[in-house]
Amino acid sequence: MRALVWHGKEDIRCDTVTDPEIEDPRDAIIKVTSCAICGSDLHLFHNFIPAMMPGDIMGHEMMGEVVETGSGMNGKLKKGDRIVVPFTIQCGECDQCRRGNFSVCERSNRNKALADKAFGHTTAGLFGYTHLTGGYPGGQAEYLRVPFADSTHIKVPDSLTDEQVLFLGDILPTGWQAAVHCDIEPTDTVVVWGCGPVGQMAIRSAVLLGAKLVVAIDCIPERLSMAQAGGALTIDFSQESVVERLNELTDGKGPEKCIDAVGLESHVSMSQPDTLLDRAKQIMMLENDRPHVLREMIYVCRPGGIISIPGVYSGLVDKIPMGQAMNKGLTFRMGQTHVNRWTPDLVRRIEEGQIDPSFVITHTATLEEGPEMYKVFRNKQDSCIKVVLKP
Amino acid sequence: MSILSRLTRNEGDPKILSSGPRSREATDELARGLGWFSLGLGLFQLMAPQRITRAFGVTGSEHVVRAYGAREIASGMLTLSTDKRAGLASRVAGDGLDIVTLLALLSYRNPQRHTVKAALAMVVGITAIDLLAAGAVSARKARPKTVKDYSDRSGFPGGVVGARGIARQKPPTEARAETTH
Ligand SMILES: NC(=O)c1ccc[n+]([C@@H]2O[C@H](COP(=O)([O-])OP(=O)(O)OC[C@H]3O[C@@H](n4cnc5c(N)ncnc54)[C@H](O)[C@@H]3O)[C@@H](O)[C@H]2O)c1
Ligand SMILES: [Zn+2]
Ligand SMILES: [Zn+2]
Repeated sequence: MRALVWHGKEDIRCDTVTDPEIEDPRDAIIKVTSCAICGSDLHLFHNFIPAMMPGDIMGHEMMGEVVETGSGMNGKLKKGDRIVVPFTIQCGECDQCRRGNFSVCERSNRNKALADKAFGHTTAGLFGYTHLTGGYPGGQAEYLRVPFADSTHIKVPDSLTDEQVLFLGDILPTGWQAAVHCDIEPTDTVVVWGCGPVGQMAIRSAVLLGAKLVVAIDCIPERLSMAQAGGALTIDFSQESVVERLNELTDGKGPEKCIDAVGLESHVSMSQPDTLLDRAKQIMMLENDRPHVLREMIYVCRPGGIISIPGVYSGLVDKIPMGQAMNKGLTFRMGQTHVNRWTPDLVRRIEEGQIDPSFVITHTATLEEGPEMYKVFRNKQDSCIKVVLKP
Repeated sequence: MSILSRLTRNEGDPKILSSGPRSREATDELARGLGWFSLGLGLFQLMAPQRITRAFGVTGSEHVVRAYGAREIASGMLTLSTDKRAGLASRVAGDGLDIVTLLALLSYRNPQRHTVKAALAMVVGITAIDLLAAGAVSARKARPKTVKDYSDRSGFPGGVVGARGIARQKPPTEARAETTH
C-alpha cells in the first residue's frame, strides 16, 4: 500500500510499504477513505517532538471502512462498518478508560516502559506520533491497523459525509474539550489564541456554549476572517497589542477564560522579543518549546480565571511566570483530548445541525500529493487552513 | 535509534518497499548543504585561526577569525533549522562582511594578496549560491497579496446568531468506557 512516511526533519515521502496485518484478536484493519493533516503533524514534520524514527507512518486523523477484524471484537465491530478512528488508542477497560480519561489509557501504549521513564507514568498509545506514545503506524495511508479496535472507534451514521464526521477523531473534540474545560458562563469573555483548525473548532464551541464574547487572535488574514465568520471578534497580533486590546474589551479587567490553540511553535517575531530568545534556545537545544502564548495568557487573564491548553507542548519551557499565575489564582486545564468522552454528544450536535465541522476544509488532495500538501499547510500557501487527503 | 525502533516496532508494522514523491526539494537540500558548510568552516575558523591569518598575511588577528567562525556556526545552525530563510539571510549578510574584510586585505603591501584574491573569488561565488537559495526559500514562504475569502464559513448550519448559546439547552455530556461500548 502507499503511505506518508517520516524520513527526517521536513522529509515526508509517499512510499510504498507492506500492508498492515491483524496481530491481535482485538485488531481491525480499515481501508482509509479520508485522512487529514493536523497542526500536530507539523510539530513532527519540524522534528520538535522527540523519539520519531525514519520509517514511521504519519497521520492520526482518519476514517474508513473495516475490511478485516480479529476474533476478539465481541460483536462491537464488524467487517463493513464505517468508522472514524480516534487519535488516542484506548483499551476501554483500565481505570483511566473507565473514568473517561481515554488519552491517558494505561494499557494502549506498547512502549509503556519508555513512557513511564519520560512522563513519570505512561499515557495512551497514539497513531502516527512519537515512539514515546507507542510509535503506532498512522493513518495517512491506504490501510490502517487499529489496535483495541473493539473500543478504539467511533461508528458514524451513513447520513453524514466523511467531511462532516472526519474531525470527530481529533480537532472537533479537541476544540470542544478546550471550551468545556473553561466552564463557560454567559458573562464570560473567552479568548482563543491561534486560528488554525483547532482554534476554529474552539471558537465554534465557545460560541455554542454561550460565551458573552469570543475573541480570536492570529496574524494570518484568511484564518482571522474564518474566525470572524464563526462569530469571533478578531485581533491581528502583528498589527496591535494583544494585552492592550484585550484589556480594552473587558473594561480593563482581562478575559475570564483563555485558550491556547497555538502550542509549542508560537510565531517568532521582533515585536515579541521573548520568542527570539526561545527560538535561539530551541536551536541550541536548551529549551524544547516556545511558550510565548502561555506567558501572554497568564499575564492578561483575569484573576480567578481559567487557562485551557489544547496546544501541544513537548518538554521543557522557560520563564513561565508562576508567580503571576499563583497569585492571580488561575486554574490550568490541559491535555491530549479524551476523544471518545465527547463522541455521543458531538455526533448528536452534528446530526441536529448545531455545527458542521466541514467548514474548515480548504484543500482536498490525493495521498501522492501529501508531501507537497505538508508544505502548503506549513507555509500557509494558497490560504490553506485544513487539508484532507483521499487515499 | 535503529535498536530503539526494533524495540518499539512490531513484526507486522509496515516496512518500506520503495520511495515515492517527497517533501524535500532541491532548494531544501541546497540549504542543508550550505548549513553544513557553514558549520564546517566555522569550526575550522574557531580551531585553527592561525592557518587562515598566515595564509592571508595578517598574523596576530586570530581573534577576528574566531569571531567570524562563531558567526559562521550560528548561521549554520539557523540554516539547518526550520528557519532556513533567516539562516540563509544571515549567510548572505556574512558573505558581505567577508567580502569587505577580504577587500581590505588586497593592498599591494600584502605579500599574500594572491591568496586573498583567490579567497575573494570563492566568496563571491558562494554569495551567488547563497542568494539563489535565499531567493528560492523566500519565494516559497512569501505571503500572497490577496487571500481567499472565508467569510461565509461559519460552520453553523443555522447561522451564528442562532448558534450562540444553543448548547446550553442540553449541556455537554461526558461518556466513559462503560457507556460508550
Ligand atoms: N490536545 C490535543 O489533543 C490536540 C489535538 C490536535 C491538535 N493539537 C494542537 O493544537 C495546536 C494547534 O493545532 P492546529 O492544527 O490548529 O495548528 P496550526 O499550526 O494550523 O495553527 C496554529 C495557529 O497559531 C497561530 N499562532 C502562532 N503564534 C501565535 C501567537 N503568538 N498568537 C496567536 N496565534 C499564533 C498560527 O498563525 C496558526 O494559525 C497544535 O499545537 C496542535 O499540536 C492538540
Ligand atoms: Zn491532530
Ligand atoms: Zn484503557
